[in-house]
Amino acid sequence: MKRHLLESADLDRDDATLVLDTAAQIDQALAGREVKKLPTLRGRTVVNLFYEDSTRTRISFELAAKRLSADVINFSAKGSSVSKGESLKDTALTLEAMGSDAIVVRHGASGAPHRLAGWVRGSVVNAGDGTHEHPTQALLDAYTIRRRLGRLDGVRVTIVGDVLHSRVARSNVWLLTTLGAEVTLVAPPTLLPVGVDSWPVAVSYDLDAVLPKADAVMMLRVQAERMNASFFPSAREYSRRYGLDAVRMAALSDDAIVMHPGPMNRGMEIAADVADSVRSTIVEQVGNGVSVRMAVLYLLLGGNA
Amino acid sequence: MAGSREPAASRTSTAGVLLAPADVARVVDRMAHQLIEKAGDALADLVLIGIPTRGAPLARRLAARVAAFSGTAVDVGTVDITLYRDDLRLRGVRALEDTLLPAQGIDGRLVVLVDDVLFSGRSVRAALDALRDLGRPRAVQLAVLVDRGHRELPIRADYVGKNVPTSRAQTVRVHLAETDGTDEVLVTEGEGR
Repeated sequence: MKRHLLESADLDRDDATLVLDTAAQIDQALAGREVKKLPTLRGRTVVNLFYEDSTRTRISFELAAKRLSADVINFSAKGSSVSKGESLKDTALTLEAMGSDAIVVRHGASGAPHRLAGWVRGSVVNAGDGTHEHPTQALLDAYTIRRRLGRLDGVRVTIVGDVLHSRVARSNVWLLTTLGAEVTLVAPPTLLPVGVDSWPVAVSYDLDAVLPKADAVMMLRVQAERMNASFFPSAREYSRRYGLDAVRMAALSDDAIVMHPGPMNRGMEIAADVADSVRSTIVEQVGNGVSVRMAVLYLLLGGNA
Repeated sequence: MAGSREPAASRTSTAGVLLAPADVARVVDRMAHQLIEKAGDALADLVLIGIPTRGAPLARRLAARVAAFSGTAVDVGTVDITLYRDDLRLRGVRALEDTLLPAQGIDGRLVVLVDDVLFSGRSVRAALDALRDLGRPRAVQLAVLVDRGHRELPIRADYVGKNVPTSRAQTVRVHLAETDGTDEVLVTEGEGR
């Protein structure tokens, strides 16, 4: 493993498999026990440096670090010296001077974690940067697929929706193909990035044509906060063509699963009855996120002096 | 046993066979008898917990022999101690192995930890820490195939397959059919384990 986890490309097939295997062993070791805590990272400090809002990712990282007995400091840009104009670099150096061993960073600017990794001595984990990557989300998605379907090699994963703004989609494309899955992107042409033809994926504009062949369908959130132009005529039209409702779900093969990284816009990209169906792994993904992040923190921090 | 050791020792001065396959089987049988004798009426409460890697198959073998000799089936489990080790910073991270406990758990039962080699005692300490998080056994005992001395902690084994005086420079290797294709215990000169 490298010292940082900045993007899915930092993980080759062996590294990625090691993370998933480690997460599975941690799951197994903690299953059914009352004391869900391991002493592995005692005395280490993990800083959650969040410049963007987050519920599940921040809590998930916090829980993962605490379950490994690390000390956790949560930093959110709101209410900090960032509002006085302190830069990312100065903030990070300040945190490191106080003794942080790892920084988990979420930032609105793509590439911020890369810059950070050049400034600090500790490990940097990307928890989402702009429209670039969110590697631990891809790891937990891969872990969820592997748990549900038993394998990743040759699994057909369809990623649907706002690929243009989605760091989740980017991280998943690279990680899943590294692990041998076949990825198909489905989106309106306006929500596909320039250069998507150079990605190792198939692209389609027709959700109904793709669904029967999919083993896993990953619905992306329509990111209204990042949309500064009109990418589709109306929410209703988007939902009708690219939303997953019960009728479309019926076209899926018997053991195909439905995924969503959250937070969901129920009724927009995914219908409520689909989100709550037995095919849905949405709640499971959240639980798996803690195990996968424990594995990442253990592998990055456990051995460093 | 002496017969199998002598030719090996004369074969090369740096690698000696401490236990040949037949010796390993005999030693495991003896340990199983000792377990039955010492457990007495508590045999049904016995849980053999192997410390991976090689403690795990060793625990399964002991359980099979105990069942064969006593007619009482005993529970087996494994506890991976990697996340409890105090030397991760020195040796770096490694892949984790299985942690599998019997369905009834370990509360109130007689737990016997099983490992291949007892050396510094640090693995056993880590296993004791792990057990504390997993439940509250009535008592915990320790069974090892080889005790090579050089303890760094106040830990001793209740069941020992073979005591071997070694120097710190030597390495003791246990090979088991399940993990290495053959049963044997070797002593080699060189970097201590």
